[in-house]
Amino acid sequence: MSDGNTTRRGVLRGALAGSAALAAGRAAAESDPLITELQDWTSFGGDPITARPYGLPIRFEADVIRRNVPWLTADPVSSINFTPIHALEGTITPQGCAFERHHSGAIELAKENYRLMINGLVDQPLVFSYADLERFPRENHVYFCECAANTGMEWAGAQLNGAQFTHGMLHNMEYTGIPMRTLLQEAGLGAAGDLADKWIYVEGADASSNGRSIPMEKALDDVLVAFKANGEALRKEHGYPVRLVVPGWEGNMWVKWLRRIEVTDGPVESREETSKYTDVLEDGTARKWTWVMDAKSVITSPSPQQPITHGHGPVVITGLAWSGHGKITRVDVSKDGGMTWETARLDRGSDPKALARFYLDTEWNGEPWLLQSRAMDETGYVQPTKAALREVRGENSVYHNNCIQTWAIAADGSAENVELS
Amino acid sequence: LPAVAEPLGLGRAATPEEIAAWDVNVMPDGTGLPPGEGDVWTGDEVFAEYCASCHGDFAEGRDAWPKLAGGFGSLDKVDPVKTVGSFWPYVSTVWDYVNRSMPFGGAGNLTPDEVYAITAYILYSNDLVDEDFVLSPETWDQVEMPNVDGFIIDDRAEAEYAVWRAEPCMTDCRDAPATINRRASDVGVTPADDGTMVESPMEALLAK
Repeated sequence: MSDGNTTRRGVLRGALAGSAALAAGRAAAESDPLITELQDWTSFGGDPITARPYGLPIRFEADVIRRNVPWLTADPVSSINFTPIHALEGTITPQGCAFERHHSGAIELAKENYRLMINGLVDQPLVFSYADLERFPRENHVYFCECAANTGMEWAGAQLNGAQFTHGMLHNMEYTGIPMRTLLQEAGLGAAGDLADKWIYVEGADASSNGRSIPMEKALDDVLVAFKANGEALRKEHGYPVRLVVPGWEGNMWVKWLRRIEVTDGPVESREETSKYTDVLEDGTARKWTWVMDAKSVITSPSPQQPITHGHGPVVITGLAWSGHGKITRVDVSKDGGMTWETARLDRGSDPKALARFYLDTEWNGEPWLLQSRAMDETGYVQPTKAALREVRGENSVYHNNCIQTWAIAADGSAENVELS
Repeated sequence: LPAVAEPLGLGRAATPEEIAAWDVNVMPDGTGLPPGEGDVWTGDEVFAEYCASCHGDFAEGRDAWPKLAGGFGSLDKVDPVKTVGSFWPYVSTVWDYVNRSMPFGGAGNLTPDEVYAITAYILYSNDLVDEDFVLSPETWDQVEMPNVDGFIIDDRAEAEYAVWRAEPCMTDCRDAPATINRRASDVGVTPADDGTMVESPMEALLAK
C-alpha cells in the first residue's frame, strides 16, 4: 500500500468527498407532494390496450408539430412546412411531423391504383404493379432528405426565429426499397449503349409531376425506389405508396408518388431544373444541376424555440450535422461567435448521407453566448460561414444555404437568430 | 458501373398507348413535341380563360403568383425577377410544364394546340416573338431565349470545395470579437404559435 491518495480506497474517498461537497451546494427543499401524496396515476388504472390501435404522441407534446410560414408561398398546395427539429432528439425523424413539400398537394394514391413505368432507351419497356415491386430483393438505408431551399430565407439576413423554420426542411428516415439499378436491369440497359452519357428522367403521379433528370452514374449507384420508411408504409404526404430516395442530393429530386422512369440520352431540362433548383450567382449567371447537399449543421438546443430555462450550471448543447458527400467526421462548437471552437461529441458514428447527432456537455452561468456549430465531413469539407458563401455566390442563390448558424443566448437564457459582423 | 444482374421476370411489357399517355416530356431540341400549332392571338384568348386569373392578363403575375413575363436585366440585381423571358433557357420547358401541370388545380386538360397557343402568348408577352407568330414544331427553333447561355454546370468542386476542404481554425479565429449586426426579431416575420401572422415581407414587396 502506498499513501492514501493513490490507493483504491483513497480514490474512492476522494470521489465521495466530491459528491458530498456537491450535495452541500444544493438547496434544501420542502417535501414534494408529488412524492409524499398518493397520485391518481399511481392509484387508478390507465387506458386499456384497446384505446389506440395506432397512437399519437401524448397531448403534452402538442407543440412538437409541423409548422408553416404563410408568407413564403402563394398557395398552401404548392408550399412547404417544417420539421420541429428543435424538439427532437437522436437522428430518426418521426414520420408524422416530418416536413412536407408539395407542388400540387399531397395526393391519395392507393396501392391497387399504383403503376410504375420504365421506358425510353431500355430493351423492354415495363409496367410494374405495387405487388410486383414487393417481390424484388430489397435493402434498408438511413438517409437525410433536405429541401434545396432549407435555410434559403436566411440568405439576405437573419429572418426566421427558430431552428424549425431556419433548418426544418429536413427529415431522416430508414428506407426500405429496391435499388434503382435492379429495376433498370429488369428492363435491360442494352438499348442504352454507352451508359456514361445516359440519364434517367423520373416523375411523379401528381399534377405537378416534379420531373427531374438524374445522370445514369447516380441512378446505378445508390438511388432507391422506396416503399417503407421508419418501418411502415410511406405517409401519404411523403409519396405513398412509392417514392424515390436520392441519397445526399437535394430533396426536390426525391420524387414522390413515383410513376415513371425514362432512360434518356440527355437531361430533359424540366421546369424543376431550369426555372427552379438553379442557383443565381452575383453576376446573374446561374448554376444548374447543383444536386449534392453540402455539409451542414445546426444547434437544435438551445435555440430560439428551446431557450435555457433551467438556470445556471450544467447545460447540454446539442444539434444535428449532415453531409451529402458521406459521413460526418467532426462537429465543432463555438460559444463566442467563432473566435474559439471546441470539438463536440458525435453520439454514435454517422451513417453516410444521414443525420448525425452531436453533444457538447458544458456549463452556462448567464454569460452571453454566440453559439455556432461547424460540421466537417469525410472529404475534409468544412461547413462555411454565410460570409464565405456570399463571397462566392452573392445573396440570390435561393438554394443550398449551408452556412454556419448563430444563436445569441441572452442572460435570461433566451435565444435569438442573429448574424454577426 | 455494376455488373448486370439476371432479370427476375417481374412486371409486364408497357403498351405503346400506355407509353404515349405518360411519356409526354419535351426535350430542349423539341423532341417529344406532338403535331399542332398555336398563334399569339389564340393564345391571348386561351390565356385569358385559363391563366390570367393568377398570372395576369399580360403574364405579369397577380399578387404573389408567378410572373411569367418581364424582369429583363434583373438577374444580377437585388431580388432578381426570374421569368420565362428573363431566366428560362428553353422554350421546351414552357411547353412541357404548361402541357403537363397547368392550369394549377386542373392540370392535363389542355389540347396540344392550346399549349402551343399559350406558349406563343407567353413568348409574345416577353417580346420574344411578333404578334403574328405561330408556334409549331416547324417554327420551334426560330425562338431565341435570351438566357439560354445563362447557366453553368455546378462548379462547386473548383469554386468552393477546393478552398473549403482545409483544417479549420480552433483558437483566435477572428480579427475582432464578434458583434451582432442583424436580428430576426427586427424583421418580425416568424409565425407565432397561436397562428397569428406578423408583418409579411411579401406584402411589402408587392406594395412596391
